[in-house]
Amino acid sequence: MSDKHAIQLTVNGVPYDVTVDQSQNLSGALRNGTGLTGTKEGCDDCECGACMVLLDGSPVNSCSYLAVQAQGRDITTVEGLADGDDLHPLQRNILEHGGVQCGFCTPGMLMSARALLDRNPNPSNEEIRIGLSGNLCRCTGYARILEAVEATAVELG
Amino acid sequence: MSFTIATSLDEALASIAAGARPIAGGSDLVVGARQGKFDLPAELVAIDRIESLATIDVGADETSIGSGVTHSRLMEDGVIVDNFTAIADAAALVGSPSTRNVGTIGGNVMNSSPAMDTGAPLVVLGAEAELTTSSGRRRVGLDELWTGPGQHSAAADELCTALLLPNRPANSGSAYVRLEYRRAMEIAVVGAAAAITLDGDNIDSIRVALTAVAPTIIEVAGLDSLVGRPLDDASLAEIAEAASGQATPISDLRASDAYRRHTIGVMARRAAEAAARRASGETIAVPVNRALGIGAAS
Ligand SMILES: Cc1cc2nc3c(=O)[nH]c(=O)nc-3n(C[C@H](O)[C@H](O)[C@H](O)COP(=O)(O)OP(=O)(O)OC[C@H]3O[C@@H](n4cnc5c(N)ncnc54)[C@H](O)[C@@H]3O)c2cc1C
Ligand code: FES
Ligand code: FES
Repeated sequence: MSDKHAIQLTVNGVPYDVTVDQSQNLSGALRNGTGLTGTKEGCDDCECGACMVLLDGSPVNSCSYLAVQAQGRDITTVEGLADGDDLHPLQRNILEHGGVQCGFCTPGMLMSARALLDRNPNPSNEEIRIGLSGNLCRCTGYARILEAVEATAVELG
Repeated sequence: MSFTIATSLDEALASIAAGARPIAGGSDLVVGARQGKFDLPAELVAIDRIESLATIDVGADETSIGSGVTHSRLMEDGVIVDNFTAIADAAALVGSPSTRNVGTIGGNVMNSSPAMDTGAPLVVLGAEAELTTSSGRRRVGLDELWTGPGQHSAAADELCTALLLPNRPANSGSAYVRLEYRRAMEIAVVGAAAAITLDGDNIDSIRVALTAVAPTIIEVAGLDSLVGRPLDDASLAEIAEAASGQATPISDLRASDAYRRHTIGVMARRAAEAAARRASGETIAVPVNRALGIGAAS
């Protein structure tokens, strides 16, 4: 039997038909199969969070999740945050607060932060730290990212 | 090669009977395969969409936690937090929010790592695993289930459908404490769970189990001598001594055997103290690690 699976992935509300190997990770299927390259691969080992996407609203490390297992779920990637040219408040705030340097961690940070605020619109500083605890950033020192999430909570609150 | 997404238990059991391996959150299976520890099984059946596996049912005598219940749910579910608190303590320490979203209690148990966090809590709470095939089901004690690091005695066609826990008597409390070097994305250096029932100020029953100090999770033997006594300094010293004495830890890059042997005593004592405080009605927020200030400041 063939190792190939013809599957449909629903990303940011749009269905994409992709053909993947059974072992294909979701991040690769997104980047190469749908052309949505906002999702990054850092460690490819479930450690850094650069690959974070939302599955039915909850964060998942897409580097370590099988693409075939994401069929039928609503996948949200960083491309799904902005409304046309209008950045999502999290995106705007992370820029305005200087929470982006090289930017490699940013898509994953944004997705974890989005999931956190969706569940808990008014998080404490500690709750934000826990919400982002699966995301590494080697540039910013985190403080400005935390500030951006706090500012977004206040803005949306 | 096949990958099926089962939506009913019968469908999953049929696939497993035909040779497929269950995948729940994949946080051990996919990660391990990508790390090259083993090949991803060619025949897989996803069990994460079977609603009947994702339930927590409180019966007259026992509570059933479906194998598909995630760590995210365990750490917040009222039944677990109020009655089986050590499990919530453990679930709240697993990985990061994303690990807890996909990772299940069934996957944790069946992966059978001696460092698994829900294991010691399940042992002290008297849990049994419910194993189901297309032709029947049986219950098995966890000491019988876990046979070595990453090894269990279940047959390949048996699906773990639930963890069954006797309901707790009044004046009971439990806690799970893990030694960790940081507050997220950690693996237990060592860990200890305790479940205690009090009769007034005295211990009516006590169980303690240990994480990451033996080839499997182990229960500390010989604590019956504490029954009828208060959990005072002398009792706590006996618990610590028994835990350190019965541990057979390894040295690896995370800690030496001597360090593990010493700290397991400290963790066992702290778990027992926290369990007794909860048994006497005090609320200590989940995970108890935070209240005790374990792990570097986040
Ligand atoms: C970054 C990261 C951090 C982690 N941190 C922790 C931690 O702090 N503490 C901890 O204990 N673990 C940790 N883990 C390990 C893992 O997340 C847990 O063990 C989790 O509970 C596994 O559940 P799963 O549903 O993802 O299992 P899967 O990977 O889907 O399955 C694991 C194994 O169990 C089998 N299996 C799954 N469900 C069943 C079932 N119902 N019946 C029979 N067999 C079954 C599978 O075939 C496979 O062999 C971590 C993992 C990662 C990637
Ligand atoms: S790329 Fe997925 S966690 Fe690092
Ligand atoms: S901005 Fe460079 S890793 Fe975070």
